[in-house]
Amino acid sequence: MELVLSIGIGVLVASGVWLLLRPRTYQVIIGLSLLGYAVNLFIFSMGRLKTNAAPVVQGVDVVDPANFADPIPQALVLTAIVIGFATTALFLVVLLAARGFTGTDHVDGREPER
Amino acid sequence: MIPGPEHLVILPIVLPLLAGALLLFFNDQERVLKATVSIVTSIALLVISVMLIRVAHFDGTAENGRVVVYLLGNWPPPFAIVLVLDRLAAMMLLLTSVLAIPALIFSIGRWQKAGPHFHTLFLLLLMGLNGSFLTGDLFNLFVFFEVMLAASYGLVLHSSGPQRVRAGLHYIAINLAASLLFLIGVAMIYGVTGTLNMADLAVRIPRVSPESMMMLEAGAGILGIAFLIKAGMWPLAFWLPTTYTAAPAPVAAIMAIMSKVGVYVILRLSLLFFSEETVSAGFGTNALLLGGLATITFGAIGVLASQSLGRLAGFSVLVSSGTLLASLGLFEAGVTAGALLYLVSSTVAISAFFLLIELVERGQDQISNVLAVTVEAFGDEEVDEDFEEEVGVVIPGTLAILGISFGACALLLAGLPPLPGFVAKFVIIDAGMNPGGADGGSVISPSAWWLTAFLILSGLASLISMSRAGIRAFWAPVDAVVPRVLVTEILPIAALLVLTFAITVQAGPIMRYMQATADNLHDPRIYIESVIDAPRAVTPMRETTQ
Repeated sequence: MELVLSIGIGVLVASGVWLLLRPRTYQVIIGLSLLGYAVNLFIFSMGRLKTNAAPVVQGVDVVDPANFADPIPQALVLTAIVIGFATTALFLVVLLAARGFTGTDHVDGREPER
Repeated sequence: MIPGPEHLVILPIVLPLLAGALLLFFNDQERVLKATVSIVTSIALLVISVMLIRVAHFDGTAENGRVVVYLLGNWPPPFAIVLVLDRLAAMMLLLTSVLAIPALIFSIGRWQKAGPHFHTLFLLLLMGLNGSFLTGDLFNLFVFFEVMLAASYGLVLHSSGPQRVRAGLHYIAINLAASLLFLIGVAMIYGVTGTLNMADLAVRIPRVSPESMMMLEAGAGILGIAFLIKAGMWPLAFWLPTTYTAAPAPVAAIMAIMSKVGVYVILRLSLLFFSEETVSAGFGTNALLLGGLATITFGAIGVLASQSLGRLAGFSVLVSSGTLLASLGLFEAGVTAGALLYLVSSTVAISAFFLLIELVERGQDQISNVLAVTVEAFGDEEVDEDFEEEVGVVIPGTLAILGISFGACALLLAGLPPLPGFVAKFVIIDAGMNPGGADGGSVISPSAWWLTAFLILSGLASLISMSRAGIRAFWAPVDAVVPRVLVTEILPIAALLVLTFAITVQAGPIMRYMQATADNLHDPRIYIESVIDAPRAVTPMRETTQ
């Protein structure tokens, strides 16, 4: 499971960074989204991976923390997803505005001279 | 029911949030109302932050000050989010509100009409700034950073236009990437230590096992890069001058403090996590010193090469950031105290400079516009003017005030007496040359020599290019058209500059405050103990702290 997750994060980051460095605004926003997914998975994995473990402790008895998943990274991921979604949406609007003003989807606002 | 000083701590966050939300209910046509509400809010913030400074500085002992801890949700301290007010946070709150009022008054004249929801965005930006200064929790810091950045995206794009949208596109892309680095760094630190509370982290980091230390330092390094992007350290700063130049004047004026938020967090976290007693004491100080020196160099070259005033101001931000980062890299309490004064004076100076540039360039634009139309039609008149020149030039009042303000900005940025830029640089150099106190007799480190040389040379570069720009703007144009300037536009600039003069006059008490702040930062035991031992409130609306 650890291997699958780390390969998944690695592939997402690699694709995200490559797309982020591309010259078209659409590629940049997809790259940022992929990087966002990778980071969310990474935060999640920082609470250690566990299967069939609930994050919520029930009952008042003395509990063994080893049987439970760490709830904090899950809460952090939730916040990060919301903020990431909002900023990506905002970026999309700016991207469309830039397209409208400059007539091109190049990140510099003009086509490179060949 | 008057809330005690404990509840004052939350007000710098709640007040702008409520006011900003309230303004959304009104149509953008109600400009008087909106401007009034936001200016009254920022004046209230000023009053609150002065009160908070009194609490943080005078309520406790002279040595330790008082650290007020506000438990949001009333959980016992290492858990949940806390707000922490100490001398540094109180100082940054005051600086924010001092910059906000002039920027808002300036915006009445012209900028608030240029697009929707100016005041709401501005107030939310203030909320994000204040929250970043007050929070004692690493992830909460991320949230307030995002509030601040989201508002700043809107403000940079305020009044739109191709240039702003293009600069905004780059600004947003870079900051989104930086936020992701922020998250990675926070997650790695959490993975090693299992906590996000800054004081608790400071307790646990010295106990981290050596094999995990590498991961922790990697996390801290990635986190640091995220803040250095905001602060504008050299290889990460190419977005900064373009964005600041493109932003509307009042926005650029308040953004002068946004680059200082990165410096603030680095100052706070590096001294808290890697204080003198820990194994990895002074982690990253070499990187800060070298990066700071590189930033000063890059900024100084940029300042010399700038043709327009806007870019000149943008690169001045870099020089200021570089000076601060390099000073922090020396890891000396005395140097940090000087750097804090430099932070205040350079931020106020750059803020005033951004406002001033808009007025000066307004005049220049009119010149070129008028020239294009009237050169032929009124050709004879120009000759007459040339003859009159020899008798003497009548300097109109507006131009004289603008010129004096420009000169004051130049003195501040170059660090010449009598303005506080000089005092701050003097303190930094003095403390660097006398490590361990005046009678310490310890060896002066080579890095102190380097810092001194770079400080003096960057001051020279600023002086050269400011004089050149000033001559070009005020003396060279023969038929200068006096820019039309409203009182509400020149008054904020004058107020900021008078304030800097007041800092020089009151340099003694202010420097004592800075020294106490720096001492507390370099010996963060009080901060840590106050947070860890903060008692919970017994019932709501009762005393929350000691």
